Amino acid sequence: MAAITADIVPAPIAVPRSPGFWSGVLHRLCRDPVALAALAVLIVIVAIAILAPYIAPYDPTKGSVIRRLKPIGTEGYFLGTDELGRDMLSRLIYGARLSLIMGVVPVPIAFVIGSIIGIVAGYAGGLTNTLIMRTVDVFYAFPSVLLAVALSGALGSGLTNALVSLTVVFIPQIARVAESVTTQIRSLDYVDAARASGAPAFTIIRVHVLGNVLGPIFVFATSLISVSMILASGLSFLGLGVRPPDAEWGLMLNTLRTAIYNNPAVAALPGVMIFVTSICFNLFSDGLRQAMDVKS
Amino acid sequence: MNEEQTVIDIRDLSVTFHRGRKPVKAVNGVSLSVEAGEVVALLGESGSGKSVTMRSLLRLHPKGTDVTGSMTVSGRDVMGLSTRELGQLRGATVSMVFQEPRLALDPVYTIGQQIEETIMRHEKVSRQAASERALALFQKVRIPSPERRLKNYPHEMSGGMLQRSMIAMALACNPKVLLADEPTTALDATVQIQILLLIRELQKEYGLSVIFVTHDIGVAAEVADRIAVMYAGRIVEEGRVGDIIRDPKHPYTKGLLGARVELAHGRDRLVTIPGSPPDLAAMPPGCAFAPRCGQASDICLRDVPPLKPIGETGNIACIQYA
Amino acid sequence: MRTVAETTIPELPLGERGGPAQPLISARGLIKHFPVKGSGFLQPKKVVRAVDGVDFDILKGETLGVVGESGCGKSTTARLLMQLIIPDQGDILFDGETVGGALPLAQYRRQVQMVFQDSYASLNPRLTIEESIAFAPRVHGVPQAKAIARAHDLLHRVGLEPVRFAGRYPHELSGGQRQRVNIARALALEPRLVILDEAVSALDKSVEAQVLNLLLDLKRDFGLTYLFISHDLNVVRFMCDRVMVMYLGKVAEVGTREAIYENTKHPYSAALLASMPKMDPAERTEEPPLSGDPPNPIDPPSGCRFHTRCSMAEGVCSATPPPLAVVSSEQRAACLMSVPGSGHSHAPKPAAELMEA
Repeated sequence: MAAITADIVPAPIAVPRSPGFWSGVLHRLCRDPVALAALAVLIVIVAIAILAPYIAPYDPTKGSVIRRLKPIGTEGYFLGTDELGRDMLSRLIYGARLSLIMGVVPVPIAFVIGSIIGIVAGYAGGLTNTLIMRTVDVFYAFPSVLLAVALSGALGSGLTNALVSLTVVFIPQIARVAESVTTQIRSLDYVDAARASGAPAFTIIRVHVLGNVLGPIFVFATSLISVSMILASGLSFLGLGVRPPDAEWGLMLNTLRTAIYNNPAVAALPGVMIFVTSICFNLFSDGLRQAMDVKS
Repeated sequence: MNEEQTVIDIRDLSVTFHRGRKPVKAVNGVSLSVEAGEVVALLGESGSGKSVTMRSLLRLHPKGTDVTGSMTVSGRDVMGLSTRELGQLRGATVSMVFQEPRLALDPVYTIGQQIEETIMRHEKVSRQAASERALALFQKVRIPSPERRLKNYPHEMSGGMLQRSMIAMALACNPKVLLADEPTTALDATVQIQILLLIRELQKEYGLSVIFVTHDIGVAAEVADRIAVMYAGRIVEEGRVGDIIRDPKHPYTKGLLGARVELAHGRDRLVTIPGSPPDLAAMPPGCAFAPRCGQASDICLRDVPPLKPIGETGNIACIQYA
Repeated sequence: MRTVAETTIPELPLGERGGPAQPLISARGLIKHFPVKGSGFLQPKKVVRAVDGVDFDILKGETLGVVGESGCGKSTTARLLMQLIIPDQGDILFDGETVGGALPLAQYRRQVQMVFQDSYASLNPRLTIEESIAFAPRVHGVPQAKAIARAHDLLHRVGLEPVRFAGRYPHELSGGQRQRVNIARALALEPRLVILDEAVSALDKSVEAQVLNLLLDLKRDFGLTYLFISHDLNVVRFMCDRVMVMYLGKVAEVGTREAIYENTKHPYSAALLASMPKMDPAERTEEPPLSGDPPNPIDPPSGCRFHTRCSMAEGVCSATPPPLAVVSSEQRAACLMSVPGSGHSHAPKPAAELMEA
């Protein structure tokens, strides 16, 4: 009992720590078969993209006029050939590289910038909030496709410009989520308790706000990856993203559209890849959101 | 006890939730009967299973919940009802009043519309007739300027007015049974007493059988004819309200009544029950209260004491009275 | 039992300045109006008169209870005292010094801490218990190891064994345990005043009794002063030395516990007391002491704000706002029946008239 330890100066004792928040998330995620399956498919796609030179049977840019638009299942060309006689399987494998870059790269950049904007606006509140968020709303008011196309068009076509314009498209969306989550957290008693203890705003944001808002923003950002892929495909489709002859799913969809009546199955293949990848990102982010709910 | 008069009869009810890693046995063999025109308070702390027991009567539990035992409400076997029959039971024979009327009412319809809908869902009457009845109900629960109030949306009303509206809606189809789930807990004391008096008055007038779930002994003493005290999913003591309050038998009931601050005048500390209720996912083998009980013996830690009659009207689950 | 002295952290000095007779805290003319969202467009701007001219003292070492219905301004008063919101008007004096003036805000905040009603929302779900308690001392420059040691000490003090609880997260604790953690956190800066805003209201009765006992022990051991806000008049009677009754942003009555509970001079206090459930089924309440809900603080009634619900109200009550009149050395009431010559038929005769008669 307490009396025994009366005159012992309390040394910091080794305290068994409960498993942290993220290990709990991992535990719950491991029990979600759908999210795990989606993650597995994503890992396979990423692996294919990385290992493309080793597994693609042909050069994705080399075509031949005599074997144009071969159907799926042709001897030697398992997934057929495109309108320039290039091997579809090889192009899909190489296309994963650019498509993933276009889908994945803008999101983390927008995540960092958008989170900073949103958290500052949400924590500051009042006039600062109004000024920042109304500016953000101006960008948000344009449909994201239109904004991406306009920005890409203004910057000129090419991979880097497409990435920049996609990033700009996502910043307001992420900032809005960050702002609303931060505003919510800010009204909670533990933030008031921290303010009452005299902690400066930066410390409160670092210790009490960041840890609790980054999760929800992160989940929202993951769901944007699929949007980014689709937008990127759209840009390439319009000739504003990747330039031919590079393989990218959206661009392939664009160039194959002429073959849609002759060989619809082959023409649809890049679309199938975009669909599968984006839905896997969506399912995974959905699973992540559920796993981050402490009460479940 | 007259068998014909029993309106609610619960026999050996157990409810197990499967949400987390371990199944949680929220209700563990509860038997309770309520007669016509009787008010029974289910008294207990959070996690005692009082709300779960009451909600079982309308089968309001999420899918995947194990419910065993038998329940009859005015002669109908609740466990055997089809979804359709259940819909008729809810709202018509049995209606419910919740702790948070704001969450129980639809924010996009006026209170009047919602009461009319409730009436028309259960009875073949015109909207005109339904709206006349809604007005009469609003007068019954004494809402000032009822015509105007019927046209209000839930957010335009104060907590006390909303709870009155909920009661009006609950009475819309002349139910036999009213289930009240902590209906006054979120209200101010001055409003709470008004609602308690209203429930008491309407209960007498309509001859309702009421199950009133509460954590507050004072509230139970104001409304109930009988009190059933629940602890960790079981009824530990049950009896007439005066007997329970003046002469509690079970050590837990004694502890609850002894811990009241009203009794502490001139004393500098309150008498408390040590410890905290058991984890429902890992219940001790014997009496659930034994770990906190000053009079517990080895038997208490080993066997669950059955609920046995004591005196003329009471029941108790304690080895001391077996 | 460990004593406080052993764990006192030199970095956090306690300062007794004004002497024992000086009230620890004095609120002078506090006013806080909140603008109503969405109003003010093509119409006059509406305000919620949450706190509308409140004066009170909390004496050193006492517990002042604040009671009243929802919307009476008791929580806003707490947040004003805590400087979480800034008053529109009025001053707070701490031990004789104006907060934000002679006494810098940072120094004030060390000495006043608060425990909130919602035990879950007041703990950061991502921090362990010890991290939450050690946060405030860390902010004030106490080294990590020392802050953690103090956190363990406080956990022990509030009845939670550090070995079992320090490394846990809030969701792994029960409501009562979390509220103990919140109390420990409030004590981490060695404050002199602790504001308890409905701190036990969400707890089960048997747990509430344990926490109330703990609060009494801590008050004695640490020499604390409490502002105890609650809607439960029984709890306030048990805990408090003096009681302040609030109604719609104003003080209705203030006095010693005995004066308020046994000899109230305000019809509102009387109604509040009569609204408590009787613990005797043989003598149940037959008539509600008050009808209707408390009026909206956006548009409070004229004159005495209680006159719309008061059974003693007369014509004069809707015209004249009552001052907080001195009833006795230990009691003040804002009711015209206590103001000599106010024109209310129950008011005492003014001294001049008595002389003439």
